[in-house]
Amino acid sequence: MRFDRNTFLTLAAMLVFGLILWQSEKFLGDYQIYIAKLIFINIILALSLNLIYGFTGLFSLGHAGFIAIGAYVAAICILPQAQKEMMWILEPIAWPASHIFTPFWVAVLGAGLFAGIFAFFIAVPVLKLGDDYLGMATLAFAEIIRVLIVNATPITNGSLGIKGIPNHSTLIVCYIWALFTLVILARLCYSNFGNILRCIRDNEIAASVMGINVFHYKVLSFCVGAFFAGIGGALLGSHLSTIDPKMFNFLLTFNVLMFVVTGGLGSLTGSILGATIITILLEWLRALEEPMNLGFIELPGIPGMRMVVFSVVLLAIILKRREGIMGTRELTWNRIFAFFSRHKA
Amino acid sequence: MLEIKDLYVRYGGIEAVQGVSMSIPHGSIVTLIGANGAGKSSIIRSVAGLNKTISGQIQFRRHVGDEPVSLMGLKPESMVLNGIALSPEGRRILPHLTVRENLALGAYSRSNKKEIEDDMEWVYSLFPRLKERSWQKGGTLSGGEQQMLAVGRALMSRPDLLMLDEPSLGLAPLLVKEIFAIIRKINEDGKTVLLVEQNAYAALSIANFAYILEVGRVVLSGPGRELLENPKVKEAYLGG
Repeated sequence: MRFDRNTFLTLAAMLVFGLILWQSEKFLGDYQIYIAKLIFINIILALSLNLIYGFTGLFSLGHAGFIAIGAYVAAICILPQAQKEMMWILEPIAWPASHIFTPFWVAVLGAGLFAGIFAFFIAVPVLKLGDDYLGMATLAFAEIIRVLIVNATPITNGSLGIKGIPNHSTLIVCYIWALFTLVILARLCYSNFGNILRCIRDNEIAASVMGINVFHYKVLSFCVGAFFAGIGGALLGSHLSTIDPKMFNFLLTFNVLMFVVTGGLGSLTGSILGATIITILLEWLRALEEPMNLGFIELPGIPGMRMVVFSVVLLAIILKRREGIMGTRELTWNRIFAFFSRHKA
Repeated sequence: MLEIKDLYVRYGGIEAVQGVSMSIPHGSIVTLIGANGAGKSSIIRSVAGLNKTISGQIQFRRHVGDEPVSLMGLKPESMVLNGIALSPEGRRILPHLTVRENLALGAYSRSNKKEIEDDMEWVYSLFPRLKERSWQKGGTLSGGEQQMLAVGRALMSRPDLLMLDEPSLGLAPLLVKEIFAIIRKINEDGKTVLLVEQNAYAALSIANFAYILEVGRVVLSGPGRELLENPKVKEAYLGG
């Protein structure tokens, strides 16, 4: 790695931001911290889907499945044995799930690995398909994963889900995992590997006549994306402390897809912006569903109102800026400095 | 170098190529000309491994005196390792990468950095305009420059056989002339060239040997200069 001004600034920004978050409990309320953690988790999920869809052009709708695998694996890893035996009331918990007990970071990595390995088995048949067909097939696989979770009662506690998961994902932990994801994906996407992925996205035929084994790289990108989705899922489960199969339906994939598309397909910083803005917006718009007093008229709260407003905002984004906030560009220090020097002059 | 015997290419129920045989000797420029749908592209796509439903024989000898290798059933990505490069129809450069990155990806299958750097310099000397624009994104180049980039990228795999699919497509006459002069130069530097063209005049004037295709069959073949003088060719392809 070249150690120049920009690397220095990036490291400094990471450190300063980390320090602020470390001290955040002094000036942020519980609710704000809850949202901040959700933002970091959503950033991880958005980045991982962006690798698959934005950089490699694989229209995958199976993200919820990988997130579910990650959440379940991590939950089983960090729950104490006694608690597990108490909770599995439909069927007793099976070995080895009953005896696993690991530190949180091992659980998170394990969750990622599990999701990645699962993705590999899905990838081999599914990635022979293209475009819309790939979307349908991955969507179906995500549903299969969900049904498997419902029915594998001795391991997953079936449709009852898992409750009381120890909350290890503190704000700083979420931040560190998000940084880990960002740094690794940035190194991957802005190297020769990333160029190859973009080459496959832009033109498969050109890629294969250049001697690139297209299928090999598609599988690799898909698995790495699923790995980070698993990590995001692990943090999400621990953050919410309750998981059940219904959480991981198509809507979750859709949410992540929304972050990625809003931020810009093929832009890592775009994904970060997209995930942050939409997560905040979704919470902020909750106010619309509460009864409002406009002084002269009392409006009753309408449930679902925020989704209506939200849809309108999304429509506006799609109409006005189809390529997303960032397009395929990245927010770099050079761009920031250029922006400021232009406005000074 | 390349021997094609009795090649058939099918798309669904249609036979796009019906029993074509041809040979491309080492160090030559051979051109395939014909109208739309004559099967020209199908033939070189078959050699590059992009068509799966083919029958016949395709034999390749990388150097003079080598044992011939059959290319049937090989994947496109392994063709590059055998020394065959294709610059596909419609340029297909990568719009989001810079000229330099496009060229570097062309050398994807190679690992010797020094040799890659030498070849990059060679491509830049063939196409000085690419050198000027080496930091520009591929998508911002003009049509002619994109074509140059596509040819340059194919050369970056250091092939012995270079296949070009319609390099003159959509280019102004002056640019066509420029590109064809460069193709001849590439040939003089030791590459065998298989050229697919609709622009019969330009192709025949640089080709050592030419095959004329009509609806999937070779109807006429001979040295390029001879075909230029052939009354039938004049009438059908050169505008009388």
